[in-house]
Amino acid sequence: MVGLHKSFGDHHVLDGVDLTVPGGTVYALLGPNGAGKTTMVNILSTLLTADAGEVRVAGHDVRREPARVRSAIGVTGQFSAIDMFLTGRENLRLMADLSHLDRRSAARDVAALLDRFDLVEAADRRALTWSGGMQRRLDLAMTLITRPRLIFLDEPTTGLDPRSRREVWDVVREQVADGVTVLLTTQYLEEADALADRVGVLDAGTLVAEGAPAELKALVPGDSTNLDDVFLALTGHAASAVGATHTADAIAPTAPNASTAQTGPTDQETTAR
Amino acid sequence: MNLTYVVRDSTTMLRRNLRHLSRYPSLAVMLIAIPVVFLLLFVYVFGGTLGAGLPVDGGGTRADYLTYLVPGIWIMTVSSVANGTAVAVAIDQTGGMFARFRTMDIARVSVLAGHVLGAVIRTVLALAVMIVVALLLGFRSDAGVVGWLGAAGLVLLLAFSFTWLTVAMGLAAGSIETASNTPLVLMVLPVVSSGFVPTEQMPVGLRQFAEHQPFTPIIETLRALTSGAPVGSEGWFALGWCVVIGVVGYLWSRRQFGRVPTR
Ligand SMILES: Nc1ncnc2c1ncn2[C@@H]1O[C@H](COP(=O)(O)OP(=O)(O)O)[C@@H](O)[C@H]1O
Ligand SMILES: [Mg+2]
Repeated sequence: MVGLHKSFGDHHVLDGVDLTVPGGTVYALLGPNGAGKTTMVNILSTLLTADAGEVRVAGHDVRREPARVRSAIGVTGQFSAIDMFLTGRENLRLMADLSHLDRRSAARDVAALLDRFDLVEAADRRALTWSGGMQRRLDLAMTLITRPRLIFLDEPTTGLDPRSRREVWDVVREQVADGVTVLLTTQYLEEADALADRVGVLDAGTLVAEGAPAELKALVPGDSTNLDDVFLALTGHAASAVGATHTADAIAPTAPNASTAQTGPTDQETTAR
Repeated sequence: MNLTYVVRDSTTMLRRNLRHLSRYPSLAVMLIAIPVVFLLLFVYVFGGTLGAGLPVDGGGTRADYLTYLVPGIWIMTVSSVANGTAVAVAIDQTGGMFARFRTMDIARVSVLAGHVLGAVIRTVLALAVMIVVALLLGFRSDAGVVGWLGAAGLVLLLAFSFTWLTVAMGLAAGSIETASNTPLVLMVLPVVSSGFVPTEQMPVGLRQFAEHQPFTPIIETLRALTSGAPVGSEGWFALGWCVVIGVVGYLWSRRQFGRVPTR
């Protein structure tokens, strides 16, 4: 994406973001609450349209060819979007039917995913009765059953217990090993470090730093993984102070701003495989 | 998006909708119970008095009032089911299911089609229950097959229109409580029409309102159709209102469907 802008009223939520994710890699978008992470995921997944800028996903322009984009992506939003009145199995079956799998493949994939996500026992109970961690895993399984080439995960582990978090991390790694491209958002440097090939730090609508996790950590004094420390090092203010007025120039002295330079033909780069 | 997928995805969505119904029959029972309670209440508590006030030679009876009341109760049944539709839509909107569907490469129309078709099926079931209850209470009709077909067609058209209107209300609501409250308008309006008492018996201001609101021509038309009386110009007003409500509801729904819920 190049020059992405999005405002709600006179609130500039995304203020000129350039970003490229090579196929088959994991990109972590790190930022505190209100940084614009969800807004960006919504634009990439065709839910919102940008005010300005060019966004290509899997080689297709999100504005001109939204259907092609949708057929390539899978999205797990910040809050679990599952059908609480259906059972886990029925939720997965619904997604399989909507991705036009034939009966036999649908049944097979549903069973495999229930197994993979450790949901077999609860599979025939309504999702309403499940724990938050199980609902989150179901949400992820529903995203994967359509076999997307590119997945967006919006804060996939926020609020999860350590075990579920590790489970999600494993799934992300498996997907990447299969050649899937992943863009995830997170509030934890630790998570970005564990999963990502590249990390972008989003602050009040601009990318203030970008690089490999190690490069980013090198900027932070000590070995803190506290987001506030990262932000203090990068922007001169704490993460919680996001929204306070500061200009893009004020942030300039920071990171290897590889992102803004990278405005080349994003086509084949954002295309997974 | 080709037609095969439109049909296939809509069928999937309808199946989901009906599965909700079978999973939570209590909800459906409650939506039917409301108009049944109104019917019983008005016929047995007020029916004698209200019947006497009907413009029938020598004053009417409780049985005459039942005949008078039934079309209004049908409309109320349609409203009640539509109310449930608004809630179901709001659950999908605020719970993120619609957003999820919108990120998938499916026939867009299928998402709302599932709700609309499901609502029409629920309305037909609810009306069947109401007809049986009315017959048990002693409702009899002099109308022929044509009259009944006409009445059925009009009620279905109204159900379709109300469904689109309440789909929009559900999308716009922002919370499930709001979604269950806004459509109450559709439950109250039949009371302030010619559905429960003849408008001639209302005070002037109310009477003017009652005579010009959409429910009155619709109820009058149903009454004429099911009693074998001539329909007259009211029929055109009834059709017109149904179409207007449906078109407004559809356009409003389309506008609202693009919104991303914020949490
Ligand atoms: N639909 C909307 N209308 C108005 N403001 C919004 C809307 N969606 C998000 N915002 C605002 O945009 C900013 C970024 O939000 P969001 O993208 O959700 O951030 P994040 O996901 O990083 O927490 C917040 O200040 C939020 O209040
Ligand atoms: Mg967010």
